[in-house]
Amino acid sequence: MANASALTFQELLFNLQTFWAARGCVLQQPYDIEVGAGTMSPETFLRVLGPRPFHVAYAQPSRRPADGRYGENPNRLFKHTQFQVILKPPPERVQEIYLESLAAMGIDLREHDLKFEEDNWEWPAGGAWGVGWQVMLDGLEITQFTYFQQCGGLELDPMCAELTYGLERIAAFLQDVDSIYDIVWARDPVTQRAITYGEVRLQEEVQFSTYNFEHADVSKLWEHFRLYEQECEALLALVSEDEAARAERDRVPVLAAYDLCLKCSHIFNLLDARGAVSVTERVGIIGRIRNLTVGVARAYAATLGKQAAGQAA
Amino acid sequence: MAEFLFEIGLEEIPARMIANAERELAERVKSMLLAEKLVGEEARVRSYATPRRLAVALSGVLGRQEDVTEHVTGPAWKVSFKDDQPTPAAQAFARKVGVPVAALVKQTTAKGEYVSATVTKAGRSAAEILAEKLPGELGKIYWAKNMYWRPGKPERFVRPVRWMVALLDSAVVPVEFGGKVAANVTYGHRVLHGDAPVTIATPAEYVAHLESAYVVADVSTRRERIRKALDRVTRTVEGARWREDEPLVETVTQLTEWPSVVLGTFEPEYLELPDEVLVTVMRDHQKYFAVDDSNGRLAPHFLAVLNTQVDAAGEAVIRHGNERVLRARFNDARFFWTFDQKTPLAARVELLKAVTFQKDLGSYATKTETNLRLAGALATLVTARGIQLDEPALLTATRLAKADLTAELVKEFTELQGVIGGLYARTEGLGERVAQAIYWQYRPAAADDAIPPTVEGQLLGLADRMATIVDMFALGLEPTGSKDPFALRRAANGVIRILAESGLPLKLSELERLATSPQQDALAETTGSAVARFFGERLDFYLREVMGYSYDVAKAVLAAGADDVADAIARAKALTAVRSSDLDGHLAAISAAFKRIQNILRQAREKGEAYDTTTVANTLVEPEERALYAQFSSVVPEVESLRVARRYDEAFGRIATLRPAVDLFFDKVMVMAPDATLRRNRLSLIAEVAARFSSIADFSEIVSS
Repeated sequence: MANASALTFQELLFNLQTFWAARGCVLQQPYDIEVGAGTMSPETFLRVLGPRPFHVAYAQPSRRPADGRYGENPNRLFKHTQFQVILKPPPERVQEIYLESLAAMGIDLREHDLKFEEDNWEWPAGGAWGVGWQVMLDGLEITQFTYFQQCGGLELDPMCAELTYGLERIAAFLQDVDSIYDIVWARDPVTQRAITYGEVRLQEEVQFSTYNFEHADVSKLWEHFRLYEQECEALLALVSEDEAARAERDRVPVLAAYDLCLKCSHIFNLLDARGAVSVTERVGIIGRIRNLTVGVARAYAATLGKQAAGQAA
Repeated sequence: MAEFLFEIGLEEIPARMIANAERELAERVKSMLLAEKLVGEEARVRSYATPRRLAVALSGVLGRQEDVTEHVTGPAWKVSFKDDQPTPAAQAFARKVGVPVAALVKQTTAKGEYVSATVTKAGRSAAEILAEKLPGELGKIYWAKNMYWRPGKPERFVRPVRWMVALLDSAVVPVEFGGKVAANVTYGHRVLHGDAPVTIATPAEYVAHLESAYVVADVSTRRERIRKALDRVTRTVEGARWREDEPLVETVTQLTEWPSVVLGTFEPEYLELPDEVLVTVMRDHQKYFAVDDSNGRLAPHFLAVLNTQVDAAGEAVIRHGNERVLRARFNDARFFWTFDQKTPLAARVELLKAVTFQKDLGSYATKTETNLRLAGALATLVTARGIQLDEPALLTATRLAKADLTAELVKEFTELQGVIGGLYARTEGLGERVAQAIYWQYRPAAADDAIPPTVEGQLLGLADRMATIVDMFALGLEPTGSKDPFALRRAANGVIRILAESGLPLKLSELERLATSPQQDALAETTGSAVARFFGERLDFYLREVMGYSYDVAKAVLAAGADDVADAIARAKALTAVRSSDLDGHLAAISAAFKRIQNILRQAREKGEAYDTTTVANTLVEPEERALYAQFSSVVPEVESLRVARRYDEAFGRIATLRPAVDLFFDKVMVMAPDATLRRNRLSLIAEVAARFSSIADFSEIVSS
């Protein structure tokens, strides 16, 4: 039985944005390069580095080519929407504030079963990990709650809390629909006609599944991978450890290097979906991506060190 | 005497870590207070734990330590006082021990005269000591994974500390840890009680006040409530029973503060999926209990343990939500189940070339070839020894055994590898022999798992594990200390269990030899003995830890042979039986005699004495040595035939009858006689006695009780 009084998909997003903006978060837009998770957006991956406090929230469409099901599976998507919140450093009552955000989505906890179950998070290719929980509501994982400890191989100080809401799951749960494609995305304010998730996104799921699994050109992808990797490495090579060359180093566009690194990561995921990565190659490629991300993180952190020192002075 | 209560409030602790941490906190607090002489050994300790707190309460805590008075000896009197005037030496000593110079007295000892002082060390208050020592103890608690949260990372702990309670009767002890100072305020259930503080005036109130804030602090009480609720809710379905699952009961006990249970239902059409898949989804992924109907078959229901209490309307909402999640998961499983069957197992063998077994050992396709060679050789060997088996079924099963590693369902539910392959083999119509062997290939994995029920399954299990062990050892990847990345100890335990319980006529050395390739054979000198030693340790572990035989029995039995598992067990059993019925101490005496024999022979060897194990009857002169030899000669053939028949308890009984003769021999006969011929012969006699029985047990290892 669909719940017609529940929030629409876009209202869910509005409410979360409003909620977190009211708690001091900068609202960002989704990052405009393909990522597999909200964590990979520079708003998380790079902002968590260094000492400067930062609170940000944004929705992030997250692409995982291998998860595509041509729109035929009611629960699995090639591209799903994560709502990501970074609280650096986290406020003392971060769990309680998080629970208040559930109320903002129309969830009355007194009517539900809530558990914080251990679930640690790790992104080996990003040299990143944290400890935390999957937040379970009536047996459904609605949020990944992580205390980020390391990123790009660097220990974070202060550490930060990362909240990742799975919007499609939560919407399907609240609206009580069995298929993601039946989620009401929006409702016409005049006619009350429902515009469904399927109407908005089904075609995209079908076409990208077809591309990712059947048409993506493997040899060109390898070539793209190499090109992006080379360019990223060339930028990172400009980062000199030499103190005399410091002024030069501070001019290195590490943010651009990170974009190139994200490109490599997405291309790898496409190659993987195409079944073009052998087991032996796999470890090597992940290592290459890790070298890039760790290189970017170090270069970025070095710049921040200077800024922090500048602020202190 | 005071009552002490300490509670540390944390953000949700991982369920798997709570039980150990609860125990460790209680132990640490008690041993610290013992060391500080603030409690006695008999002090009663209670401990509590929920996902959000660990607590310990002790009664009989002293308010303060007793004062300690002691005499301290200082420098020699003559350097301390000159003309009855204190010297700088006396003044320094008085300062050091904290008494006025006038309080120093002369102490006369055997070594001379010294300055001495009587010092009273005032006992410190319990509160002071607790505040000083408790933070250190908290910091030492072991966590499988911890984190830091405060800037500057002053400490690492499982999760951020949110509050602490520390009370000595009604007085707060201001313990500081993790950026918090202990007070007398705790918190109740997140949802049912909310943020309102719960004040604990005295330790005695703790459990009751938490109970009224919807927290059951005592773990065993919570466990019992869950079990009762599971029973009660299951009774609403006629004839149904919930499937006992102790680890799952533990997990949900540590995930809840105020547990209740809801019964959910799923569409009966999902029962077409194998039970194994349904139960794994429910248990491992959703932490639900499975329900059996009155015929013991899986019923279309599940039980979810909640961390809340709701009315009927709320229960309907929660039930509906859980059913929705389970349906989606079952749908996924059904999709994979159908999808996988489009590619038969035989076609998947090819795909195994792309699945790495171990980087130096190649893919699972190579591993399959290795297993096939060994399984074939084992089949030939046991067939020659009269075991009936379906060899083609064994070889088919071995060839297809690893194919399910490429199945989507196994990728989703890795814990079902083997099981899924077996189920697919059955639906493909490959025959029950093949299906069973594949299904059971990884069992036994845990101590309470049964061994494969068929000969083919047993041989596949042996071949798979033995090939892995021998190949890993050849690469130098044997387990060391706590490191066993390829779970070789578990594999070896499996080999031993299968050999022990199947009755297959196979020796460990035969398995090892057949599993060793010609190339490895060149290295066999070193690896061979390492593998044998490794299995010796595992068999020793099996005899002691699994079968419960005592340390010395295991040692005595294995010293006489560790190659034939079933035989070693039979000998351990018999030796244990004989020892426990050894009322007149014959076995103990024989064991003592064997120890003596070993000592005499060792000393003789050290002196360069020559002897062998052939007694010359004519050279025996004393009546006691003749008697021993005569009795020994008549016992030996009896023992030998009993040994061959594996009637070990009777064999041990016969050996024990030698006791009077042995006792008399050592009483009256001097082994190390001056005459070289007599000496050599007597040494040979005792050596022969020791050697003749050494294939049953090394009696010198037996420790007399």
